[in-house]
Amino acid sequence: MNYLFDPAHWSGADGIPTLIGEHLLYSLIALAIAAVIAVPLGIYIGVTGKGVFMIAGLANALRALPSVGLLILLVLLISPAFPSRMGYILPSLIVLVLLAVPPILTNTYAGVRAVDAAAVDAARGMGFRTMKILTDVQLPCALPLVLSGVRSALLQIISTATIAAYISLGGLGRLLIDGKAQNDYSQMVAGAVLVALLALFFDQLLAFITRRVVSPGLTRRTIKSAPVAEPVKTPVTV
Amino acid sequence: MIKFENVTKAYPDGTVAVDGLNLEAPTGKLTILVGPSGCGKTTSLRMINRLIEPTSGTIYLDDEPTSGMDAALLRRRIGYVIQHAGLFPHKTIVDNVSTMPVLLGESRQKARTKALELMERVGLPASFAKRYPWQLSGGQQQRVGVARALASDPAFMLMDEPFSAVDPVVRGQLQEEFLRLQREIGKTIIMVTHDIDEALKLGDQVAVMRVGGKLAQMATPSELLTSPADDFVADFVGRDRGYRSLGFTKTAGSVAIGEEAVVQLGASGEEARAKASGAWVLVVDGGRKPLGWAQPELLNGELKRENLNLSGIPAAASGTMRQLLDAALSSPSRRGVVVNEHGELIGTVTATDVVKAIEAEPHLETAR
Repeated sequence: MNYLFDPAHWSGADGIPTLIGEHLLYSLIALAIAAVIAVPLGIYIGVTGKGVFMIAGLANALRALPSVGLLILLVLLISPAFPSRMGYILPSLIVLVLLAVPPILTNTYAGVRAVDAAAVDAARGMGFRTMKILTDVQLPCALPLVLSGVRSALLQIISTATIAAYISLGGLGRLLIDGKAQNDYSQMVAGAVLVALLALFFDQLLAFITRRVVSPGLTRRTIKSAPVAEPVKTPVTV
Repeated sequence: MIKFENVTKAYPDGTVAVDGLNLEAPTGKLTILVGPSGCGKTTSLRMINRLIEPTSGTIYLDDEPTSGMDAALLRRRIGYVIQHAGLFPHKTIVDNVSTMPVLLGESRQKARTKALELMERVGLPASFAKRYPWQLSGGQQQRVGVARALASDPAFMLMDEPFSAVDPVVRGQLQEEFLRLQREIGKTIIMVTHDIDEALKLGDQVAVMRVGGKLAQMATPSELLTSPADDFVADFVGRDRGYRSLGFTKTAGSVAIGEEAVVQLGASGEEARAKASGAWVLVVDGGRKPLGWAQPELLNGELKRENLNLSGIPAAASGTMRQLLDAALSSPSRRGVVVNEHGELIGTVTATDVVKAIEAEPHLETAR
C-alpha cells in the first residue's frame, strides 16, 4: 500500500493520474466503438429476426478469445503497417472492442426480443410507423437490458485494458508490468487495487444512470406520487 | 360503414384463412365476428386496418377502398383494442391514453386533459393517471386500452377479443359498461370473439364464420337463435336456444301483472299473516322498493331483516320475457316481482302468466 500513498507517484508523466487517464481513454473509446457496432446490430437482429445465429455462435465465440494471445497476434499483423504508436494502440482497441461487443449485442438483441408483442401490435395498429415503433416502444422497453449489457462490457473492458501495458502502452497495467519487472509487489498491488476501484466506480455510475433513464414502469419500482402535471421519470425510492 | 367485398386471404403455403368474404358493418352499429378458432375472424379484422393485406377483394371504409390509403394514416382513423390491452409498459396510464391525440399532433397538455376525461368515462379513477400498467389488474388495463382507442374520437373501432383475458365476473361488468358506452358514442365497431354468448349479448348483428374463412350467417342475435341458417350455426349457437331467445323478446305489456299486498319491516306477525297470499308475503321499504319475501308462519315477534328470503330477482316491466320468467322462477313464492324503472314495485307475475304471453306471441321466425 506504500506505493499508493507515496505522493511522488501521484504526479509526473508516469504518475497515477496520468495512468488512470490513459486507462480510461482506452476503455471509453473501446466501449464507444463497441456500442456503435453492437447496439444497431442487436436492434436489427432483434426486430427482424435475421442473423440470430450471430448471437448464439459469433458472440459466444468472441467471448472465448484469449485476449493476450490475440493482442500479440494483432500487433504482429498490424504494427508493421503503422510506424507510430498507432501500431500498438489499434491492436489494443480491437481486442477491447471484441470483448465488449458480445455482452452489448446479446443484451440488445434479448431486450428488443423481450418487448411485449401486444404493445408492438397495438402501436402498429394505432398507426405508428416502423421507425416510431422502434424509438417510442421497442427501444425504451429494451433499454434496461441494453444498459446492463453496456455495464458488463465496461467492467470487462476496464479490467482487461491492463493488457495494453504488455505492448508498452500506458494505463494502469503499467503498474502491474513494471512492478513485476522490478519485483515491486507494492506497485503491483497498487495497480490491482486501482483497477478494481475504477471498475467498481464505473459500475456504480452506470447503475445510477440506469435508474435515472429507465422508466419505473419497466423496473417496477414504486414511485412516490408526483403532482399530476409533471411527468414522473425520476424514481424517488428504489 | 365498413364493407368487405369478395375479400380473400390465402397464404403462399396454400392455406386459405378468409374465403370470399362479403359483409357490411353498418355505421353506428356493433358488428361481431364470431366462430371457432381457425375461422379467419381475426385475420378478417386485421385486414381492415391492413395489419394483414388481403390477397384479393376490397375493403371499404365509408365507400372509400382502403387499399389505396397510406396504411399508417388509415390506422390512425380507426380505434384499435386488443386482447391483452397491449399498453406501453414504460408509460403512465395517462400517457398511454394520450397516445393517439399526441400522435395526431395535439399538445401533450391538452391530450392529458382529454385523457383524464376518458379515464373517468371508462370507470378509472383519476388517481390511476400516474400509475404504470403493471400496477393495474387485467380488467383495469383493458379499460385503459378502450380509453386509449377512444382518445382520438375515431369513427371506427376494431376490437380483437377485448374481454376474453379477464375473469368472468369482470368480463360481465366490462361488457355491461361497454354496451352503455356504445349507446352514448355510437361508433361503427367490428369486434371479434370466440364466445357466442358475448356475441349475442353485445352485437347489433352477428356474423358467424366457419373454419375455412367462410361466412356462415349474418343476422341479429335473436334471428341467430330462432332461425339458424344451417346445422353448423345451430350447433355453434348452442343449447337453450329457446330459453335464451326469450332474452330478445320484450314483454311490452303483454303479461298480466297481478297486484301484490305488501308489508314493511317491523310489521307484526298478525299483519304479515293477514297480508300474505299463500305461505309468503312481500316486504318493501318506505319507497315501495322490494326487499324480499317472508313467511309469516315462522315469524317470532315483529318482522326483521333477517327473516327475509332474498332469492328472488326482480324484473323490470320494460325488460324481456326471459327476465320476467326468471323473476317468477327464482321467487320463493313463485310470484315474480315486477318493478318500474325506479325500482319501485308494480306487482307480481307467475310463470304461467309469462308462458301464456309467450305462447300468444308468434315465434320470431314466423313473425318476420
